[in-house]
Amino acid sequence: MKRARVIFHGARHTATDEGAQLRLDDGRLVEEAEVTWLPPVEPRTVFAVGLNYADHAKEIASRPQDELLIFLKGPNAIAGHRASTVRPAGVKFMHYECELAVVIGRPARRVSPADARAHVAGYTVANDYAVRDFLENYYRPNLRAKNRDAATLLGPWLVDAGDVSDPMNLELRTTVNGTVTQRGNTRNMIFDIDHLIAHLSSLMTLAPGDVILTGTPEGVVNVNPGDEVATEIDGIGRLVGFIDADAAPPVA
Amino acid sequence: MSSSTTVPALLALRGHAQPLEARVDAANNAVWLDDHRLDASALAWDVPAIGCVYGAALNFRGLRDSLEAAFHLPPHGAPPRAPVLYIKPRNTLLAHGLPVPLPAGVETVEVGATLGVVIGRDATRLPLDHAAEVIGGYTIVNDVTIPHSSLFRPPLRFKCRDGFCPIGPWVVPGDALPSPDALAIRAYVNGELKMRNSTANLHRSVAQLISDVTAFMTLRAGDVLLVGVPENPPLARAGDVMAVEIDGIGRLENRLVLEEGLLPEAAP
Repeated sequence: MKRARVIFHGARHTATDEGAQLRLDDGRLVEEAEVTWLPPVEPRTVFAVGLNYADHAKEIASRPQDELLIFLKGPNAIAGHRASTVRPAGVKFMHYECELAVVIGRPARRVSPADARAHVAGYTVANDYAVRDFLENYYRPNLRAKNRDAATLLGPWLVDAGDVSDPMNLELRTTVNGTVTQRGNTRNMIFDIDHLIAHLSSLMTLAPGDVILTGTPEGVVNVNPGDEVATEIDGIGRLVGFIDADAAPPVA
Repeated sequence: MSSSTTVPALLALRGHAQPLEARVDAANNAVWLDDHRLDASALAWDVPAIGCVYGAALNFRGLRDSLEAAFHLPPHGAPPRAPVLYIKPRNTLLAHGLPVPLPAGVETVEVGATLGVVIGRDATRLPLDHAAEVIGGYTIVNDVTIPHSSLFRPPLRFKCRDGFCPIGPWVVPGDALPSPDALAIRAYVNGELKMRNSTANLHRSVAQLISDVTAFMTLRAGDVLLVGVPENPPLARAGDVMAVEIDGIGRLENRLVLEEGLLPEAAP
């Protein structure tokens, strides 16, 4: 089963997939173009794993991690399918990151890797933008670079964990205006889903609605206002986002 | 006992789904409820109804001065330009009076005495001269932190453990205090005064911080912005009572307790 949360004519609904159409929770069949997509879950704590693909770590000239790099996202950053994200005026390098997002379904505390998967409700696609111009070497990646408004798209669907036979073998790809710019496979994660859940649950108690963004492979390129960015994971979904121009003048 | 003046406050009491409004005697940490004066310790507190808690690191002048040389060395290379923020996620939030779990293998934690500014309405790209308008209230926060020297990577392991963000006891509305920029902050361990500082020593004033943060991200109504932990935070060990006091707001007190003594062993 895969489910979305949408706004249809001013009211919120859960919707399921009916090919090119959506079936609302009350039975109505509506066109995709008629709805506004919300993130498929209202996330509680959102964790993001950095440098979790060796190729991407190399690409951005960082050493692959021997220790997990994990940072958090605020609610301002979270947006849904077909959201637009502002490229700040005057910056040189803003890029997308296609990531498999794991949604926690049961509380998890001190869970072993072997038991971790039982705590997963499902999966969705994330596009976690970064503005590299704003990176600073304090609590890096800092919030100014990674926690901008509508900079973390989730969606379109929450796919039940039971419907994903092997989340550690899924092809990821990103297209910008229809051209493939990023490719990878979740099997190339340095720390797999089971270890991420085990590690986090050794530090803190995970709760239903927590979301773990599991990192991005190589192939991040600059995006510009007007671009359409589609991050796609086989069997999970195709998440589309748009880049908007900034209304404000450049900042130093 | 001094006959202190009172200020209005929003109280979140355990088991009550909506806040109460009451007057509090900040200097004596007491609440006036229906003409009864109650010590804060006589009530069961809940976490105030708040959104996301963002902390500003490196926002006290004394702290920045002490790190000035290190700012120019690897891995930093330069002093921070924008506010350096971190998030205290939901699992860290804890009410006044409840025990803070000390994780196994950790000897000491820092008592991170700080002012929490509760945002009153959604705030994006606020110019400095309008930043104070979005202050909805003030509360007290103990940003409990496992001591760590490196500021290079986000501090999940050090700042985001369960119960590491005691907050409260209450929220004082923004207009109850004349200004947030000269508030005395004190930290106590087992009743002994261990640190005193003032928001007069902030690198970025409260309004400046709100303006500079909202320049790159929206603060939403209910979000809490921690204005910074002063230099030389006191250390606490298992069994110690940690307290943070801020003039005009009140006193937040929590005991640090061994995690293993607090929670049942996870099932094998």
